[in-house]
Amino acid sequence: MADTAATVPAVGGAARAEPRGRKPRRALSRRNIIIYGTLIVAAVYYLLPLYVMIVTSLKGMPEIRLGNIFSPPLEITFEPWVKAWATACTGLNCDGLSRGFWNSVRITIPSVILSIAVASVNGYALANWRFKGANIFFTILIIGAFIPYQVMLYPIVIILREIGLYGSLTGLVIVHTIFGMPILTLLFRNYFSAIPEELFKAARVDGAGFWTIYLKIMLPMSLPIFVVAMIIQVTGIWNDFLFGVVYTGPETYPMTVQLNNIVNSTQGVKEYNVNMAATIITGLVPLVVYFVSGKLFVRGIAAGAVKG
Amino acid sequence: MASVSIKNLFLSFGEVKVLQDLNLDIAEGEFLVLLGSSGCGKSTLLNCIAGLLDITDGQIFINENNVTWEEPKDRGIGMVFQSYALYPQMTVAGNLSFGLKNAGVARAEIEKRIKRAAEILHIEPLLERKPAQLSGGQRQRVAIGRALVRDVDVFLFDEPLSNLDAKLRAELRVEIKRLHQQLAGTTMIYVTHDQIEALTLADRIAIMRDGAIQQLSDPHTIYNKPVNKYVAGFIGSPSINFLEGDVTREGAPRFAAGDMTVSLEQYEFESDSSGGRAVFGIRPEHVAFGDPAKQSPYTCEVPVEVVEPMGSDTLVWTRLGGQEFRFRVDGQITVSAGQTVRIGFDPARASIFDSQTELRL
Repeated sequence: MADTAATVPAVGGAARAEPRGRKPRRALSRRNIIIYGTLIVAAVYYLLPLYVMIVTSLKGMPEIRLGNIFSPPLEITFEPWVKAWATACTGLNCDGLSRGFWNSVRITIPSVILSIAVASVNGYALANWRFKGANIFFTILIIGAFIPYQVMLYPIVIILREIGLYGSLTGLVIVHTIFGMPILTLLFRNYFSAIPEELFKAARVDGAGFWTIYLKIMLPMSLPIFVVAMIIQVTGIWNDFLFGVVYTGPETYPMTVQLNNIVNSTQGVKEYNVNMAATIITGLVPLVVYFVSGKLFVRGIAAGAVKG
Repeated sequence: MASVSIKNLFLSFGEVKVLQDLNLDIAEGEFLVLLGSSGCGKSTLLNCIAGLLDITDGQIFINENNVTWEEPKDRGIGMVFQSYALYPQMTVAGNLSFGLKNAGVARAEIEKRIKRAAEILHIEPLLERKPAQLSGGQRQRVAIGRALVRDVDVFLFDEPLSNLDAKLRAELRVEIKRLHQQLAGTTMIYVTHDQIEALTLADRIAIMRDGAIQQLSDPHTIYNKPVNKYVAGFIGSPSINFLEGDVTREGAPRFAAGDMTVSLEQYEFESDSSGGRAVFGIRPEHVAFGDPAKQSPYTCEVPVEVVEPMGSDTLVWTRLGGQEFRFRVDGQITVSAGQTVRIGFDPARASIFDSQTELRL
């Protein structure tokens, strides 16, 4: 200790444990300007339409006709939002988007639960139970993901008509469940494959069967991938337009189809404020899902969910 | 009575034949080690015994019951894995009781068995913890406990110590041996690639290579009388010296390589081959050095080329009969490169193999 006390002041002038001087950190380095500049431009580019939509939806029609789409509303009104939700007319129905919203809820919830339930068992069986022909089965399933939907539209119309489900919500739920199968099965199979095989073997030695292993061992370990699957399905099914317009009727149209009917109605004046409000309302559900579960989503992806 | 008996076992994955016509009888209460380098089929064989792999042909008996197509849980086995394979979302107690709950054992009985296993393995304070909160050694104890609570006749260990560091490995090795003594009558089958584990634990060792058992014998015999060149080279560290040369059995039996001729009067030949090209194997630790070497049946002087001190011992590299040769001396003795030293050995302790067939002569 005497040594240090004697030498340090001689060298440094004052005893310091830390390196001398401040760590150089320039806020406005060329690198930072380029990175943040690009990011800000990109963010503005994406946020500007949203801004226009919100601003327009809060204006009255006379104000919109002035043509200043970027100017904030002089007189804020929620009239267009109420109209979009409750009274806008599509065809014969004049109860706004609310009907479509509840239709979409009744389509999305069972479709998401059903497709995830089936696909997770599929993936589990493919990853852990290597039955005969498992690889062929899996290949066929994956090929299914590459066939364009349009090819299958009409055959499915016939099938649904034959079993008496054409035009009903149940029919659409079945269609969504089937079309979610390839990607979800792939997702779950890869996730379950990454779980050590010895765990599965240990459970078998412990006398657990197919369902016990799935429910007691695999399920509790797989929350992140279930969240990922849920987000993919909720946003996918909520945003779906094609299946909705083909397989349902005016009474059972999902929200997206109804939104289209409101926005594209050719009668009378185009009510831009109502259209904007209706669009935002429709997009709200996926937006909320992203905000609420974004963290889990990232974790699920990082946990090896989408690796080959 | 044979506890585990394997008859004419075949296993193929498509075209690849992994196990071929394998026969093995394991006595009740025996500790058998399956030893071999990776890819020799030892873990595969263990999985077949456990019922985790469907075999292609043959039969497996456990306690005289033909269990060839039985489910793992019905075979009366417990298994311990290399990666511990503990259920991460369950507590230690949950891990231990999972198998019993599946079997429908009464709650009081489960508690009793968990208590007993926890006592034996010294894991009582850990029962409420999750596996993630345990160290490697504790995890493996719990994994052993999971087999223990099931009250089985046969324990299967699949490289249970390979994921542990050297110190823990030595500790747990002793504990497994103690456990085997404690559970009299329990058969243990233990897969490893570590020869020290095999030699210290086993009643018998089965050395495997390419899906076939090379030698099945007690550790003493495996070490001293390997049946072929592969086994001789696999067992022992540092590994055995091999000298290429010729064996002559007519008249005075002898082995000659280069300028060296060793009399084989004391060597017990096990085959009636007349001699020819052969490999002479002598373990580095069976070579005498300095003055004691003068009493050895064979003795000579050799040049020291490289010296490798290893603490307790020193490994000396030299040449004998024109070929590379290593021997071990006490770590206290100073030997330096360039010296010429006297060494000696007893040919009766050597193992001689035919160059062609690689079988013991």
